[in-house]
Formats: sequence, structure tokens, C-alpha cells
Amino acid sequence: MRNAFVAELIEVARADESVMLLTADLGYNVLDPFALEFPDRFVNVGVAEQNMAGIATGLALTGRRVFIYSIATFATLRCFEQFRNGPALHNLPVCVVGVGGGYAYGNLGPSHFALEDVSAMRALGNVRVVAPSDPDQTRSALRAIAALPGPAYLRLGKGGNPAVPGLAGRFAWNTPETIRAGSELLLLATGAVAPEALAAADRLALKGIQARVAVQAHLPAEPPEELENLLRGCRGVLTVEEGCVTGGLGALVAQTISGSGLNCRLQMAGTRGALAGAVGSREFMLAGQGLDADSLADQALGLLKRKTAPVRT
Amino acid sequence: MSTMPCPITGANSQRIAQLEHLSRQMRRGILERAYAAKVGHIGSALSVADILAVLWGSVMRDAGTQKPARDRFVLCKGHAALCLYAAMCHTGRMDQATFESYCMEDTHLGVHPEPTLPGIDVGTGSLGQGLSVACGLALGLRLDRSPGRVYALLSDAECNEGQVWEAAQFAAHHKLNNLTALVDANGTQALGRTEEVLDLSPLARRWEAFGWQAVEADGHDHASLLEALEAPRDGRPRMVIAKTVIGKGVGYMEDRVAWHYKSMNAEEYARGVAEVDGVVREAAA
Repeated sequence: MRNAFVAELIEVARADESVMLLTADLGYNVLDPFALEFPDRFVNVGVAEQNMAGIATGLALTGRRVFIYSIATFATLRCFEQFRNGPALHNLPVCVVGVGGGYAYGNLGPSHFALEDVSAMRALGNVRVVAPSDPDQTRSALRAIAALPGPAYLRLGKGGNPAVPGLAGRFAWNTPETIRAGSELLLLATGAVAPEALAAADRLALKGIQARVAVQAHLPAEPPEELENLLRGCRGVLTVEEGCVTGGLGALVAQTISGSGLNCRLQMAGTRGALAGAVGSREFMLAGQGLDADSLADQALGLLKRKTAPVRT
Repeated sequence: MSTMPCPITGANSQRIAQLEHLSRQMRRGILERAYAAKVGHIGSALSVADILAVLWGSVMRDAGTQKPARDRFVLCKGHAALCLYAAMCHTGRMDQATFESYCMEDTHLGVHPEPTLPGIDVGTGSLGQGLSVACGLALGLRLDRSPGRVYALLSDAECNEGQVWEAAQFAAHHKLNNLTALVDANGTQALGRTEEVLDLSPLARRWEAFGWQAVEADGHDHASLLEALEAPRDGRPRMVIAKTVIGKGVGYMEDRVAWHYKSMNAEEYARGVAEVDGVVREAAA
């Protein structure tokens, strides 16, 4: 995903000479193609995320479109207040690019997990938060972000994220993209964990349950009509996110259901706080949080068995 | 918005006299507005009055306009915004009615500056963040080959914040010689003396060690400030350590930590105005 990001950013920068890329000393080898082609538009600010957010604010105030790059948790939480008071309050075209969303850096441990980033950035209100599910969707999302007048957060996986079957790189603001048809329930995923949702749907199909799978890459602060339309008539939805459900996709779907009075059962798969403890590969970490395909299939079955609350009229 | 006056330039003694007059007008405006709004941070505003008179009255070019090549100003110590509004008002960049909306309802003139107020490039308020933005502005102007310069005013206690030193390193490494920062070195902070809370001395040498051209000035002497700001540059970003007194100009406030936060009662207001107007002169308490 990060290579797709850099390749697309180079395309964007060729067309828009105001584009700059800053990094807080991360992206070894990955950012080189950009730096080589645009040496005056690339700055490694050093290991200083707070300063980077401020510099981006100043550069944007001189008419530039600025991308600031680091590991997702550092790029968002370390400089959260600087980003809030700078690009967010001034409504400037600064995009935070966070690599390693969720558990992508599995055995690097909890300091390198990005779990609360989406919740924090969604809370800012005017920041467009996007968590693409594969390299091609990353490129589409970046093109959309590069046309924005205001701030954004692009949350990426790491390297080696596979193409998600059925997605074909589609991305549109607010819009869930269906990648597998089904009618009995909905598995709604965001970000690089989407393949686990697809695999869970395969397991459900073996039990004769046809689950629809969709990807919600854009996580707006307020419930979008497009999401409401998808959920309308849906008996149950399992949200799947590699991060905190509080303020994340789970919360967005809960906002949508409650705000529109939908009769739709909701189960949220995701993390509930960063805890120190045993670490391992990303797969190990996902399984520990119930985000692997088997666990997701079990949660979906549980959701189908749950009784619907009586609808008040 | 009233028309923009010519910057105060020309013969030295006349220029100084005009700037001193501007400082007095600004101090009077600070007391009036702080009293009307019943808010504090008066001491900080009075502390930087002469610095802002020199910058906004004379040194900066086209500040507060929308011209791309204008000089930019970042009030890193955002809690002194009342003085910034006074400078803008008394140099013709803000009308009196707007100035009088300070801390009233539905105003863009809060205790800290907001970017929605015409003439304010950068909204501030959280200490330690402004210098980084100033670095970005300076880099952007240099990339544009613009003659525009960037001025940033910090408080001394603001240098407690680690981000200030991140920005200091960046500015020095990138040789941002269109950037000038000033520290309002009044030696006080919210809860005490800076030397007792977190000793910063020797402040100028610290900035020198970080790769800046650090000069010291009397922050209440317009000639001293002009000399520090207009001296030839040597390729490094410049830091002016401006030695100041919190509450300067109102004897009972001078060098008193309490006036970081306190607001005035009627008697204090009357005494302060009389003193700023030159009717009486009280000794520092």
C-alpha cells in the first residue's frame, strides 16, 4: 500500500507543483522515488512529528498541498494537538499519511500499533479520514484527497497488502463499496483487514449463509446517506476494523443506525484499548482480538442468533 | 477597516518618538479593553507592547494585508493577543469598533488570536507550536523566492516546551535567514519566576548553541529593538532575546507574577490609565 501511495503521489505531484512531501525520518527506500524526482519538494524534518505538523501548517499557508508521512500512531497521536490547531483549525490541505495502521507492525509491539488513530482524527470533524483496503483503492483515495481544499488522514497498511477481490480500486466519498453479494447479513470492513471479512464470508457460505461484504474506506464524522442506504433493510451488520471501535467504524455504524432509526442488529469487531502483553505477527495479533476470519465468522453467527429488539412505533 | 498608514521610518529620533507614542496608545488601548472585558493576561500584553510597536509600526512590510510577499507574524505566545489587536488598531489595520469587540459575544477577538480575523495569518494559543508554523512559512516563502519575512514572538517560559527546540533545530539546519524570532524575556510565568520554575539561563547562549544568531535587546527601548531587528544578517535564523518587564508601564503591575492572570478593579484601572497617560508615575510595587 505504501508503494502504491508513493507511486500515485508522484503522479499527483507531476500535475500539481504545489505538492510537498514531509517525513519524520521514516520511509526508508519507500519515499526515494519521490525525493529523487522532486528534491525541492521533499523534506525529511528529522524525528520530530510535532514540528512536522507545524511546518506543514506554515507551508500550506503559503499555498502548498502538503503530505506528512510517518508510522500511523506517531503521525496522528504524537502530533495530534499540533494537527488540530494547525491544519484542522485553519482548514488547510494537509494530509497525514500513516503507515502501519492497526497491527501491521505486529512484533514491534504496542508502541507501534495504531489503534486509536481513526477515532482521534474522526473527532476533529473536518478531517477526511480514509482507510483504503488495498493498493489500488489507495491510489483512488489519494487522487480524491489531492483535490480537497482541507485536511485529511490517509491510513495505510504496510507493505504486501493483497488486492481485495471485487474492489477493483473503487473509492468514492461516503460510499461503501460492495465486494461480495449476499442477503442474510452484512460484513462491513474498513482498511487492510478487509480480506479477513471476505474469508469469514467464505466460511459462512460453507454453512449455507450468504453474507454481503462491503468496504467503507471513508469514515466521515457524521453518518452518510450512502451508508444509511446500505444498512436499510439489513437484518444485521458486523463491523470489522483493525483498531478501536470507540469512534471508529463501529461507532460510525452505530451513529447511522440510531440516527436513522434502522432496525438492524450491530456487532462490532475491533480492538478495545492498547494493552501491553505478548506480541507476534500481525496474524497473531488479529486472532487475539477476534479479527481473524474464523473469529469473525463466529461473531457473525452469534449476531444472526440474537433476537431483534421490538420496534417501537 | 481604516487605510493603511505609512510605516514609521526616516530620521532616527523622530522615528523613535513616533514609536514611543504608538506604544503609549497601545498600552492605553490594552487597559481600556481589558477593563471593559474584565479579563486578565494584562501583564503579558503590556510586556510586549514595545516589541509589537516596533514590529507592526515600523519593521514589518505589508503585515496584516493579503499581499503574497507580505511579512508574516506569528504570536506564539497567543495569550498576549490583546496587545496584537492594539497594535493592529493603532497602526490603522483594524477599526476601533472591531477592537472594542474584544472578548465580547460573537467576536473574532478572543484572548488568543484566531485566523478568521483579517490580518491574522496564524491562530495560536497552545504554547510551543508557533515557531514550527513560522518555520513552515519561512521555508515556503523561500521556495517562492519571496522577499517576505517571518517574525515570531515567543514567551520565555514557552521555551520550556520541547517542540520549540525541534523548530529551533529545523530553522538552523535549513538556514532560514528570513526568519526572526523574539523572546519576551520577562522572567515570569504563570506560577512563578522562570528561574525558579525551570531555569532557562543562559537563554541567548542556548539559542546560539542551536545554530541561531542570538542577540540581546532591551525590550522596552525602541532603538535597542530596532538595532537588534535590523542588524545585518549572517545566514542564520535570528533570535532576539528582548529583556522585558511584565506589566511594563503600570507601576503596580510591573514585575508582579500575579498580573499574568489578574483582571483590574475600578481603582486599579483608574490608576493604570493615569499612569499610562503620564499624569502620575507610580513606583514599581
